[in-house]
Amino acid sequence: MDMEKQRSAPVYEALERLRRRRVVPFDVPGHKRGRGNPELVSLLGEKCVGLDVNSMKPLDNLGHPVSVIRQAEELTAEAFGAAHAFLMVNGTTSSVQSMILSVCRAGDKIILPRNVHKSVINALVLCGGIPVYVNAKVNPKIGIAMGVEVEELRRVMDENPDAVAVFINNPTYYGICSNLKKIVEMAHERNMKVLADEAHGTHLYFGDHLPMSGIAAGADMAAVSMHKSGGSLTQSSILLCGESMDTEYVRQIINLTQTTSASYLLLSSLDISRRNLALRGRESFLKVTRMAEYARNEINAIGGYYAYGKELIDGDSVFDYDVTKLSVYTQGIGLTGIEVYDLLRDEYDIQIEFGDIGNILAYISIGDRIQDIERLVGALEDIKHCYQRDSKDLYCGDFIQPKMVMTPQQAFYARKKAVPVGEAAGCICGELVMCYPPGIPILTPGERITEEIIEYILYAKEKGCSLQGTRDAAVAYLDVIA
Amino acid sequence: MDIWFSQMDTENVKTSIRVDKQLFSETSEYQRIDVFESKEFGKMIVLDGEIIFSEADEFIYNEMVVHVPMAVHPHVRNVLIIGGGDGGVARVCTQYPEIETIDVVEPDELFVRVSREFFPETAKGFDDERVKITNVDGLRFLRRCQNQYDLIINDSTDPFGHTEGLFTREFYGKCYRALREDGIMVYQHGSPFYDEDEMAFRAMHRKVYRSFPISRVYQASIPTCPAGYWMFGFASKKYHPLLDFDPKRWNARGIQTWYYTTNLHRGAFMLPKYIEELLEEEENRHE
Repeated sequence: MDMEKQRSAPVYEALERLRRRRVVPFDVPGHKRGRGNPELVSLLGEKCVGLDVNSMKPLDNLGHPVSVIRQAEELTAEAFGAAHAFLMVNGTTSSVQSMILSVCRAGDKIILPRNVHKSVINALVLCGGIPVYVNAKVNPKIGIAMGVEVEELRRVMDENPDAVAVFINNPTYYGICSNLKKIVEMAHERNMKVLADEAHGTHLYFGDHLPMSGIAAGADMAAVSMHKSGGSLTQSSILLCGESMDTEYVRQIINLTQTTSASYLLLSSLDISRRNLALRGRESFLKVTRMAEYARNEINAIGGYYAYGKELIDGDSVFDYDVTKLSVYTQGIGLTGIEVYDLLRDEYDIQIEFGDIGNILAYISIGDRIQDIERLVGALEDIKHCYQRDSKDLYCGDFIQPKMVMTPQQAFYARKKAVPVGEAAGCICGELVMCYPPGIPILTPGERITEEIIEYILYAKEKGCSLQGTRDAAVAYLDVIA
Repeated sequence: MDIWFSQMDTENVKTSIRVDKQLFSETSEYQRIDVFESKEFGKMIVLDGEIIFSEADEFIYNEMVVHVPMAVHPHVRNVLIIGGGDGGVARVCTQYPEIETIDVVEPDELFVRVSREFFPETAKGFDDERVKITNVDGLRFLRRCQNQYDLIINDSTDPFGHTEGLFTREFYGKCYRALREDGIMVYQHGSPFYDEDEMAFRAMHRKVYRSFPISRVYQASIPTCPAGYWMFGFASKKYHPLLDFDPKRWNARGIQTWYYTTNLHRGAFMLPKYIEELLEEEENRHE
């Protein structure tokens, strides 16, 4: 990486030049640098609304970049070791969907683990691709899905030699990594593309002590949530491509669904965050790792909780573990993760990333300070002291893998009817059901609903998980195939 | 030459003090530390722009957090001071011969060093052999404590700075467990006079009120505090600050003071109406 070049931030610098020219705006946005909306200015500040401008010649255009945005994309590609990078403004959801839409046409098969983000399933609804699921083991102690096992994947690949791509989480929300390098090797031998969902893996590009990044492992595309560990503004993201991709075709795919009014707040935040990561990322993520490791040790010393780490590594289903993650199994103190999540917020003023049936995830980043870690650890200890319960009546929140009987697209667009959740067993689901966060579907369109799944949904609802995805806002009814 | 230091009490109110010279400025891992010499207040130590300590009025604060609980609790042997990097509170504690140990937990080593260098009179509290300083986060220190202190003084000042963890429910819960069955915790309660401080004031009382069987608030006039007016919390497992108050016993000690008297002790718990109402509202709040 050319550090001297990485010091520049072309989009940001172009915005600065524009500001100094004091151009009179007779274009959108209509708030005209905030003058037309004083309340917005008082909320966001003059500087912020002043940067909220439209695409124009000096600022380039995200849909067809030829100058500063193109330069920023080239710098990003270099910083991440990729052949090409796209700045994205519709969230990592759009990065993930663009990856799938770029390689998968109607009727094409794509191999993936079931614990993918909902954006993946929604992309298959859009393009008519057929998911082929590779079984993921569940760790019986903590109830979360492990990574993709190489032999299991080989079996699925051999059974589906016509599949066009393999889709891998790198890492999962909880920090679990599969043997991506080996997976790439197997896929490329069979002429399949490899897509890496790195919504939780921006930092993997900046640390030798961290699991291998998708692009380093040879993946053809990777969706990277810069706004998570990378520090850019919410909703900004990047999409990386390897040498094998036709980037101008990928750009066309992105433009199918991307806004034509890309926000320069988001674009400049990506530009500045890339510069920061390139210049200081390694040092920052070392610090993050140290904080996460400290928290893990302190939480495990409390007793009852299990903050897991590298000891999960088994060479296959957990090929590597991302130590910047702080995931904690809470059922040892008799509380579900979602209960601990609610207690932390309501009683201790601590907002963590999510709680599910068995675990909580606290997001540690370059913005954290050790005294905040002390608060989290202190609160967890106090929760144990004040709220500990007998844990034997808890549902062991196994990750369930339903059976797919129709493709997501067929099921989503089929004629449907609403039935009460409790009576849906045996029906084919016509919509997506998930807890958000983490946003991993419990049911996807086209899957057979079972008693076990209904029990899981009702339990998650009772414990206070936010269930989403269904047409019925209260999730009392499910749309099933009529 | 005309140099003024201003402390922003709110966005719209500041307290300004003419400064003769700046003696020190450095940023530690936790905060920016400045020391000024002023005519009116003598030397002042300023953390992140807020006056923590001035030679002119430090006695008020230090006396009020130590003598009030000491005049209530009949046999204090082990004291824990959280924060207290200036040594002022420890120094007042050393006036009591029956106190056997005084643990000072101050994460910021630089703060202690600066206090020793510029305020040797105050920091000489640290030289008493009963005093032990530990440079660690207060929450972390408390995680390893149980049933071992008679008195905990939370000498941290800023519920929004690096010490915000010391104004939380988990902190009060930990103090409760670190105290013996008749222990007392005294802490800074701030001032609710300005609107933007009222929420924090209320939340603090709500949290402590739920953590301790007895929870009262008392006041003092401190010129360098915002609105010149400061509150303290008295949280206790057994002793009531007025019903178990023993002025005779305390006066028999003959400790020299400049602010505290046993008459003032009673008066300090008599609060203005608007504060009484705020506190009662929090006590009666059902969630």
